[in-house]
Amino acid sequence: MYDTSYHRASSVDEAVNLRSSHDEGRYLSGGMTLIATMKQRLAAPSDLIDLRHIPALKGISVEGRRVRIGAATSHAEVAASSALRAVCPAISDLASMIGDPHVRHMGTIGGSVANDDPAADYPAAVLGLGATVITDRREIAADDFFTGMFETALDEGEMITAIAFDAPDKAGYAKFRNPASRYAITGVFVAKTGSGVRVAVTGAGSNGVFRHAGMEAALSTSWVPESVASVSVDASALMSDLHATAEYRANLVRVMAKRAVASAG
Amino acid sequence: MTKVTLTVNGRAVSGDCDDRTLLVHFIREKLGLTGTHVGCDTTQCGACVVHLDGKSVKSCSILAVQAAGSSVTTIEGLAPQGQLHPVQAAFNEHHGLQCGFCTPGMVMTAVDLIGRSGGDLDEDKVRHGLEGNICRCTGYHNIVKAVLSANEQMHGEVRQAAE
Ligand SMILES: Cc1cc2nc3c(=O)[nH]c(=O)nc-3n(C[C@H](O)[C@H](O)[C@H](O)COP(=O)(O)OP(=O)(O)OC[C@H]3O[C@@H](n4cnc5c(N)ncnc54)[C@H](O)[C@@H]3O)c2cc1C
Repeated sequence: MYDTSYHRASSVDEAVNLRSSHDEGRYLSGGMTLIATMKQRLAAPSDLIDLRHIPALKGISVEGRRVRIGAATSHAEVAASSALRAVCPAISDLASMIGDPHVRHMGTIGGSVANDDPAADYPAAVLGLGATVITDRREIAADDFFTGMFETALDEGEMITAIAFDAPDKAGYAKFRNPASRYAITGVFVAKTGSGVRVAVTGAGSNGVFRHAGMEAALSTSWVPESVASVSVDASALMSDLHATAEYRANLVRVMAKRAVASAG
Repeated sequence: MTKVTLTVNGRAVSGDCDDRTLLVHFIREKLGLTGTHVGCDTTQCGACVVHLDGKSVKSCSILAVQAAGSSVTTIEGLAPQGQLHPVQAAFNEHHGLQCGFCTPGMVMTAVDLIGRSGGDLDEDKVRHGLEGNICRCTGYHNIVKAVLSANEQMHGEVRQAAE
């Protein structure tokens, strides 16, 4: 790892100020992506601004159907929250499938969403729920947030402070995971809300997480697993790698969508 | 150099290190506690698992400075009086190890898992809970047996004490 300087921020303002005074600095949340990348010398931030000790970034609040998850909330906390499970079990289940227990104890929702790994789980939930990404300076709709592989609408130095959404009537997530890394080879999040059905696919798209209009239309007509069986999935926009070809992923999108609807009930 | 102060196995310790020093290197090299191992060094294998404020974490993927002010338990902290912890005893009894390299991480993970489970563990849950720990010798069967047996013993004891 290249040399770096560590700073522990105790408020959002302090962290944003520290970040803006260090051009080559980076926010550090759980470090489950960033520290690993630094160890491989693929990232060399001059300064690390630790967000894990900022009270305003922590915790889950559920008021009626409105959910707010602080950016520095760990995957383990999302998985274990009974308040969240009561209104949106799909997101708790999703969090419990990320990596392994040690990764879940450190890794955070804000870090995962900011990183936007094309095989990460949370982007599917955030897009599938039509969530709002709240930052230190504005609110960004999920539809505008994910702009490509590892690309988001965040400006330089902009910090995610929370993810907020209205609990859906029904939601489910299913992933076909890479057995070694446990990231999604394909994962599908489905949600049914008062304003319609949303289907978000991660792990498969060659441009990151995306919505599938055909499946949304089919499930709006009839919310049963069989509805998506005949929907066509275009393989030309999907990834091929040593784990799976684009055609294989196209089929997985259908299979995972079926399982996700089944798990949503 | 930064002075890092934290509690390790119940004892306040401090040491100077670079901000980039990993917690596992601080533990092994500054504190001389070499029970915590470095296996893969890529956040995969779990040989370096310790407890940070009561939660299992991979100490090869955390900076020592991140742990400043926190409380860390390493494998050495499980048996302070030389009497094996029930999980260690179960690994011994059920032959849950061969070369022993992954064992400290496995044991620390099992202690965390049993603690969080409230006793509600079965083979499936144990295998899921051990996903962050790789063993290249045992094929896991005896490790799973050891964890289940320790779980029974530890939660049985809690139940007895409560009665
Ligand atoms: C062995 C292993 C298995 C894993 N398996 C999975 C898996 O199955 N599914 C999955 O989805 N993920 C998986 N992950 C990734 C894990 O979920 C990470 O926790 C996550 O990707 C990053 O979150 P973090 O809090 O650790 O962020 P960090 O590593 O601290 O940061 C990641 C990036 O986000 C930036 N950042 C962090 N917080 C903020 C913020 N609040 N605002 C703006 N920018 C910010 C950082 O500057 C950095 O660029 C795995 C990781 C490991 C090591």
